[in-house]
Amino acid sequence: MHPYLAGSEDRRRMLEAIGCSSVAELFRTLPGEVRCGELELPRGRSEEEVRREFWALAGRNLAPDCAASFLGAGVYQHVVPAVADALLQRGEFFTAYTPYQPEVSQGTLQAIFEFQTFVCQLTEMDVANASLYDGATAVVEAVLMAQRLAPGRKRVVVASTLHPDWRAVLDTYCEAMGLTVTATPRDSQGRVDADALAAALGQDVSAVVVQSPNFLGVIEDLPVVGKIAKAVGALAIQAVAEATSLGLLAPGGRFGFDVVCGEMQAFGIPAAFGGPHLGFFAARRACLRQMPGRLVGETVDSQGERGFVLTLSTREQHIRRAKATSNICTNHGLMALAATIVLSLLGRRGVREVALASHAKAEYLKAGIRELMKGDVGVRLAFPESPTYNEFLVLHDDPERLLARLQDELILGGVATTQFGDMFPRGFLVAATEKNTKADCDRLLGALRRPA
Amino acid sequence: MADPSDRFYTHTHEWVQVSGGQATVGITQYAQEQLGDVVFVELPPAGKKVGKGEVLGTIESVKAVSELFTPVTGEVAGGNAALESHPELINQDPYGAGWVVKLKVAAGAADGLMDAAAYEKFVAEEGGH
Amino acid sequence: MSDGRLREREKLIFERSSPGRVGYQLPALEVPAPDPARVIPSRLLREEIADLPEVSEVDVVRHFTRLSKWNYSVDEGLYPLGSCTMKYNPRINEEVARYPGLAQLHPLQPEVQIQGALALMWELERALIAITGMARVTLQPAAGAHGELAGMLMIRKALAERGAQRNVVLIPDSAHGTNPASAVFAGFEVVEIASTARGTLDLAALARRLDVGDVAALMVTVPNTLGVFEPEIVKAAEMLHASGAFLYMDGANLNAFVGVAQPGRMGADALHINLHKTFSTPHGGGGPGAGPVAVSAALEPYLPVPMVERVADRFTLNYERPKSIGKVRGFYGNFSILVRALAYIRSLGRDGLRSMAEGAVLNANYIRTQLEADYHLQYTEPSLHEVVFDDARQAENDVHNIDIAKRLLDYGFHPPTMSFPLIVHGALMIEPTESEGIEELDAFIAAMKAIAREARENPELVKGAPYTTPVRRLDEVRAARQPVLRWQRP
Repeated sequence: MHPYLAGSEDRRRMLEAIGCSSVAELFRTLPGEVRCGELELPRGRSEEEVRREFWALAGRNLAPDCAASFLGAGVYQHVVPAVADALLQRGEFFTAYTPYQPEVSQGTLQAIFEFQTFVCQLTEMDVANASLYDGATAVVEAVLMAQRLAPGRKRVVVASTLHPDWRAVLDTYCEAMGLTVTATPRDSQGRVDADALAAALGQDVSAVVVQSPNFLGVIEDLPVVGKIAKAVGALAIQAVAEATSLGLLAPGGRFGFDVVCGEMQAFGIPAAFGGPHLGFFAARRACLRQMPGRLVGETVDSQGERGFVLTLSTREQHIRRAKATSNICTNHGLMALAATIVLSLLGRRGVREVALASHAKAEYLKAGIRELMKGDVGVRLAFPESPTYNEFLVLHDDPERLLARLQDELILGGVATTQFGDMFPRGFLVAATEKNTKADCDRLLGALRRPA
Repeated sequence: MADPSDRFYTHTHEWVQVSGGQATVGITQYAQEQLGDVVFVELPPAGKKVGKGEVLGTIESVKAVSELFTPVTGEVAGGNAALESHPELINQDPYGAGWVVKLKVAAGAADGLMDAAAYEKFVAEEGGH
Repeated sequence: MSDGRLREREKLIFERSSPGRVGYQLPALEVPAPDPARVIPSRLLREEIADLPEVSEVDVVRHFTRLSKWNYSVDEGLYPLGSCTMKYNPRINEEVARYPGLAQLHPLQPEVQIQGALALMWELERALIAITGMARVTLQPAAGAHGELAGMLMIRKALAERGAQRNVVLIPDSAHGTNPASAVFAGFEVVEIASTARGTLDLAALARRLDVGDVAALMVTVPNTLGVFEPEIVKAAEMLHASGAFLYMDGANLNAFVGVAQPGRMGADALHINLHKTFSTPHGGGGPGAGPVAVSAALEPYLPVPMVERVADRFTLNYERPKSIGKVRGFYGNFSILVRALAYIRSLGRDGLRSMAEGAVLNANYIRTQLEADYHLQYTEPSLHEVVFDDARQAENDVHNIDIAKRLLDYGFHPPTMSFPLIVHGALMIEPTESEGIEELDAFIAAMKAIAREARENPELVKGAPYTTPVRRLDEVRAARQPVLRWQRP
């Protein structure tokens, strides 16, 4: 007996109706060689016992809210309105599936249509899909789309300042597809070296990928990069890891980019130890037929009422199969709903205010570190002259030791670049958002000021 | 509607009409019925050379994609531009305004294809799916 | 759209906008607010986005609450979408997944601060190993299709290491569309293999194709997409291995035999597990799910990095795996989905998981026996957890599966999966899951019988359905011919 299953009387009546004496008969087609004995798992537990086990597991972690946290590097901690989760917990949203039957799925469909609209507004692009898994796979899908649009071109050029995890995932997929991925270096200011980029491009390049703000926090010169990419007819792709930056910074859509894609976790999605997050994908209208992912479109019903449906499905795997624009089926619909709710709450003013506040907190920290630099305590801004949004690189000879000392004071000071090999200067990335208090910022600066 | 006798047919439900070195290709009444409402047509670029039986383009309904196979060897002269904004022409007038592709062909290109009577027999025998 | 009352229907959130409304409050800034233009070139800045909505929190609650009421969901009733396993989503899973010590963790916190998270992942891997009988499991893939891709990439790497030039993947004509799509994205060429007249794997055809010597793998679903067990799966695995190829198993139908049989005993080399199907994590209106991939010892070296390892009483993320295919997504997996799945496995336990599979198979067979007189069954082999009827009888009156589905909406049920697998024309794939009691199944059966009767006596009624849903039948042709994919300010 179990609360999630039917009861013994249900079973008895069904077996009688079927004409079987036991459930075992229904498995008669399974040969002995595939059968197993009792599973090597504990017996079933009550809810209270499950709570205890998971509470204990949670207790062995340090939740960032218990510390002053300045962690970023692709996952950002913003203020999330209380009502967002309350709405997400409505069973009508989270226990439904993909809206294959639109007449009884208008809630999901309209919310996705609103999500697609928000993404287009933030990126200044024509079309956006209903979500992808995360920023890394969104970039991959953009590159593979570039490939379909220019089948003869086999090379992809990416900025060396693309998030290293995203680059790693791109490498995995591109190797299988027979594509070469080359990196283009940064200059001394932490930005894509425009001359090196121009030199690296040719008629064999299908896509150019630039992240802005980049992995080191620096805002790229998108107009320049876009122009260089389009000059060779490559697909220009802007990757975004901190989506709230779109509240302050002009998006690639304004500078001739073909795709703006990436990670929308910053708009209300919990960090959740790395997932599920929210990949977003927006592109020019000309790319529409080659776009990956679900698309929701507006239409009317037989009585002329407005309604929404999944559309342009012939691109997708369930119809196009081996020739589909992506293999994606289940995407991250509930996370897209979460972002839609949060973006609705923030709205015109809030999207701007969050961006300005995040930027302001980071500028405050940078100013504090500039002061520290006068005293030579071993920390320096890596790119003091470069514009940043809410994240920046601080140079230090032994960032892991420094961060460990800060941990003892319940400060999560940043993400050491040393864990990514020697791709980046030695130091740590510091991210700030509207969630960080001035007191916490001062604690970080105070801790950095003290000698080791 | 009876399939017009002034053209030839394939086992993959295309029709072709040849006249003075040019072939016009479309899909049959049966094909458009099976496909349902056409929503999008992917046309080949002018100048593309195709051998008999190769894929010329695709015709899409809401729930299916159908490949258009060329009944004849030749070089694409052009596609029916009207289909971009009016794909429904294929449903409404598959033998007339709903033509899909024109090709430059050599003499005898349509040799060996079925005539209208043979095609109708084929469809009746195929019986549906 | 209306619910019968006179109130105007809910608009888009953008259409609810009214200048001056706010839906949020941020904490006080407390630090100076510099003009961004002083530190960022103005050409790289943007102004406020004028078309973003201005709504209050009340507006947002009303909006999304009203939208939710237009959705059918598992919480409301039977959702027999075949192949999706729409079972009950337990709320204890939601509660524990939201513990701050699990929900708020940043993936790049140092290992000493995340031991509980790593322990949880390690426990889930052990549980999935126990359930599947396979050697190890990667928890990284975000969905089933993502798992398929990861599995096929591992197979590709294993073959490359052997120096084998094998580029062909065999896929039955009954397969889910993600199978060929994933194989292509893993760099393979797909060759379709026709099913037998019984709807199962054709071993003779398999043998012939294996002789060519270029087959990398066979991708197969067990039980197959008809809900029928593949009787010769062990033999097929032996044939594949003897010829140097691998067996990839699509685990979408795992709910049919957990605790009764194991893919590891069938000869599977890689198998993805849909946590949002078999292990109750919510479907979310289209995800997020999770697609862990269990592998045999032969494929273990190629697993994505990192893997969670236990060293004494410490857990660690191991990146030292030189033969790994690398990463297939950012970070480690859809962690909060993994939390929910482990909670479910703990809740059911070894005895409950077997009961779950038994219940799934019993419910499907009950529906089959009650509807066999009314709906045509193309393939009559015994069903496990799902049954695929078709519309052949109703089609005699020009009533098709889509009409039956739309009329079911009027009876208050979500329809079965339609038009899949492709080997059944006019398919209606019904998977009730073990969550349902007999009265819910009887109500569904009664509705299906009523529709069968309507199809005979009043086909036009069925063809005009649905009549009672928030919207009537929607013009999908128009949506495809003139795509409108976003709101624009008029």
